[in-house]
Amino acid sequence: MIYSAKVMDHFSNPRNVGEIKDADGIGEVGNAKCGDIMKIYLKIDHDIITDVKFKTFGCGAAVATSSMATELIKGKPIREALLITNKAVVEALDGLPPVKIHCSVLAEEAVQAAISDYLVKQGKNPEDYGIKATHCDGSCSCCDHCGE
Amino acid sequence: MFVYADNAATTRIDPDVVKAMMPAFDELYGNPSTIYSKGREAREQVELAREKVAKAINCLPREIYFTSCGTESDNWAIRGIAEHYAAKKGKHIISTNIEHHAVLETLKAMEKEGYRVTLLPVNEEGFVTARQVEEAICPDTVLITVMTANNEIGSIQPIREIAAVAKEHNVFFHTDAVQAVGHIPVDVQDLGVDLLSLSGHKFHAPKGIGALYVRRGILPDNLLYGGGQERRKRPGTENIPGILAIGAAIEKATANLERDMAHVSMLRDRLLNGIRQTIPHCKINTPTHDCLPGTVNVSIKYIEGESMLLMLDMNGICATSGSACASGDLDPSHVLLAIGLPHEVAHGSVRFSFCAENTVEEIDYILEVLPKIAARLREMSPLWENVNK
Repeated sequence: MIYSAKVMDHFSNPRNVGEIKDADGIGEVGNAKCGDIMKIYLKIDHDIITDVKFKTFGCGAAVATSSMATELIKGKPIREALLITNKAVVEALDGLPPVKIHCSVLAEEAVQAAISDYLVKQGKNPEDYGIKATHCDGSCSCCDHCGE
Repeated sequence: MFVYADNAATTRIDPDVVKAMMPAFDELYGNPSTIYSKGREAREQVELAREKVAKAINCLPREIYFTSCGTESDNWAIRGIAEHYAAKKGKHIISTNIEHHAVLETLKAMEKEGYRVTLLPVNEEGFVTARQVEEAICPDTVLITVMTANNEIGSIQPIREIAAVAKEHNVFFHTDAVQAVGHIPVDVQDLGVDLLSLSGHKFHAPKGIGALYVRRGILPDNLLYGGGQERRKRPGTENIPGILAIGAAIEKATANLERDMAHVSMLRDRLLNGIRQTIPHCKINTPTHDCLPGTVNVSIKYIEGESMLLMLDMNGICATSGSACASGDLDPSHVLLAIGLPHEVAHGSVRFSFCAENTVEEIDYILEVLPKIAARLREMSPLWENVNK
């Protein structure tokens, strides 16, 4: 398994690690059984992501995709952040080994979950923003991120 | 500092072994099956190496067949015995759920061909008992195959007792001793096994050479068909460099066995004690008794193995993990699940495996680096934050 230099950079020096105590939105996806959990904290001001932090339990790719995803959404309006797909995260990292693509899916889902949490708290409907209901319920049958 | 701590995966080729191989890359190029002096020279060296392997495990030279690797030896032993004796005895095979893939995947393939396989579960330390084996024997059991020592956690199975049970019930017994030979005493007479697999690169010979011990009088079917090499049982022109190497390597490993075992187990205990003292919330997966001297397997809870390996590598330390991510599988190691670890704890496992070349300084370096890595990854882990709360 060979990771790109970008992946190794984001793994060894992950950006935005930590938590935000008074976060406006928190999203957690994945489960320990599968071997990866991502938790993203957002600080949002007038629908603009002013700060973002993450915590991840997982492999090198899971850490690197979390780090890259937080970089990509920082400072962006939430509607723009929601357009960032897992493919964009993979491209920004100069690619991922095929078995690690699911980590990028998880990163995309974590961002969506955190924004969704914010919207709900604002009394808004995440579906109006094109967010499908967060579907990770901790069982492996609920999503296809590890191909089961 | 560079620390190679993955000797259960493979070992460095010993310089003395390289020296022993050199003639095969020079004047010793004759085909051992030929009649002229150039071929006879090679034949002599092949037989000398065979004697060394035989002496190391206490059998006759003609009971040793050279193969390409441990996997081939396992495949051949299992298929060869089952296929030769199935008509007479039956199609039931007994094994364990912690075998190497070379055994498990062979058995899985054979199940599709109509064989019935019982995989005995191990206890939480990674052991099966002779009694479990005995209770699993059926009238149609043709073969029992149980590994001597486990590659991931190091548990050493009660091979002598299982062999006695097999003999009593007139069932053939094969053991995959790939992790054991060269690391602990292995005497086929004392153990009473019928077939035994071994692999050169686990004890400082190069990759590409293995052997199968087959007790005289037992006739496994061939896996390969071709020329008359290895007494017609394993065709293919002999791998002379590999054969010279395995002879030299096993001779050296056996000569130094007691000294090396003492050194390596001292290193293991130092690492285990150090980990216990410096990293909270660990689960030691290596058994406390009947364990390979050089194997340390530990789960560091709330973090994931591949991340740990990457960080160890950045610090010059080579180790391995049973996490799904490290293996590219969906599930973590079948061995760690078999000893009852929850998936998330198995994902956080790391294995260090040592040989005589490792030093106390290297252990102390691992103990300096590993707690920092554990702390750093835990700091990043959402699971750890719940523990602290």
